[in-house]
Amino acid sequence: MSAEAAVRVEDKLYLNRYLVDAGRAHIKVRPHTTPSPQLLSLVNVCPAHCYEMNSTGQVEITTDGCVECGTCRIIAEPSGDIEWNYPRGGYGVLFKFG
Amino acid sequence: MIEERFDAIVVGAGMAGNAAALTLARKGLKVLQLERGEYSGSKNVQGAILYSDMLEKLIPDFREDAPLERHLVEQRFWMMDDNSHTGLHYRSDEFNEERPNRYTIIRAQFDKWFSKKVQEAGAVVLCETTVLELLQDAYGKVIGVRTDRKNGQVGADVVVLAEGVSGLLGTRAGLRKTPDKSNVALAVKEMHFLPQETLEARFNLRGDEGAVIEAVGTISQGMTGMGFIYTNKESISLGIGCLVADFEKTGQTPYGLLEKFKQHPSVAALIAGSEVKEYAAHLIPEGGFKAIPQLFGDGWVVVGDAAQLNNAIHREGSNLAMTSGRIAAEAIFQIKSRRDPMTKENLALYKKMLDESFVMKDLKKYRDMPDLLHIQAQNFFLTYPQLVSKAMTNFLRVDGTTKREKEKTTFRSFLAARSLTGLVGDAFRLARAWR
Repeated sequence: MSAEAAVRVEDKLYLNRYLVDAGRAHIKVRPHTTPSPQLLSLVNVCPAHCYEMNSTGQVEITTDGCVECGTCRIIAEPSGDIEWNYPRGGYGVLFKFG
Repeated sequence: MIEERFDAIVVGAGMAGNAAALTLARKGLKVLQLERGEYSGSKNVQGAILYSDMLEKLIPDFREDAPLERHLVEQRFWMMDDNSHTGLHYRSDEFNEERPNRYTIIRAQFDKWFSKKVQEAGAVVLCETTVLELLQDAYGKVIGVRTDRKNGQVGADVVVLAEGVSGLLGTRAGLRKTPDKSNVALAVKEMHFLPQETLEARFNLRGDEGAVIEAVGTISQGMTGMGFIYTNKESISLGIGCLVADFEKTGQTPYGLLEKFKQHPSVAALIAGSEVKEYAAHLIPEGGFKAIPQLFGDGWVVVGDAAQLNNAIHREGSNLAMTSGRIAAEAIFQIKSRRDPMTKENLALYKKMLDESFVMKDLKKYRDMPDLLHIQAQNFFLTYPQLVSKAMTNFLRVDGTTKREKEKTTFRSFLAARSLTGLVGDAFRLARAWR
């Protein structure tokens, strides 16, 4: 793991306000056995560290801390690795400052 | 959801959407504006600097009640290596004018104010409503939108897409492509709060004066990127952004980059003891003129970041957004006044008017800059900052070496890193792209 990963982004996300739409993830990862390079890159590129590799080598997503920047859409939607939608109206990150 | 039909639907309540909705409503059109956040601003992220001129064209007396943070009197450009920065600072008392030219703002607060103006002008603003898709007739003409509200279809003569940089609706409908990862930057940002007196002392500010620092160099680890530090009234917006393609290639984490930037000796002292209250991330269009998509079609126009209208060299985006939103609205009004239909042919007027404005003229001027900076990232963002730093320290350190020898050392370091052809070529390419 790189030195940067030691930075706990969770501590940063803890500062933010969210209205989590429980059970309705707005981004879904396509089932796979081996992640594509694009999908794999999201583990580091996602600024909210929503993507994580599980113990059997697949990339999983937890959208609770998502800041809705759209970076993963730009990288991994064209390859079909993820399905990306906005959260339902009113849900998701609620910026106080922006 | 809503039985009635509208003259225009504006999707999104950022700078472009608010400018468009305000202008349309004032001209007497029946406008519906849809926003997925709980209020206008709650999903919007920017540095942020506001340029007065473009807002004055919409709300001339905005200074009376807009939530402005500080008017800018000082601009610092930093070229950084790991331990130093070489700066170009410009500060002028002339910026302390009656109607200042630039302000820092906090978008969530500013947009809320802007949205109030839109509502006062008579537009129907519906928040907490996500638009799921554009409705098109058999010929592909956009005739309305479908939202996530119950019975959520609404019709309109024209849809103004002010949906932001990623532009889900327009891209899904095939009106334009999703931006390429080499044409968008990902920026992360934190809000650092400090007592007002502390902040003013650290940045040498009096009253409402503000300062801006924009920095390039080893902070972006060889990627095309930039760090920024903006002073608000009682807080500092601090962030860093790099091209998405570069992040993907290098595997750097955005928050790791941000932490390093904060720990840089030139930065750490400015934010020491601050309380961080928010962490945000956002995409920024960086492709410039060549990345601008089709801007209009049957029943639709696209404005702001969704149209990739951003001047990366001057770091101007929200003013281009506001201006494109206003111009699109004016074009729609003209077509409507003539009782003409909102066809592609007629909506071409928006593009024509935009071409005549500073928006397209500025973007056209710098059309070759993105290629230069994106392809030669290593040279411009890593090699040169390091060389300049070495040259400066060599120039300033007094250690008994003769001045002639020092000059030779500096010259040789530039030659060794870039070669004479490289140096001349870089200067030539930069000058040509800037022209």
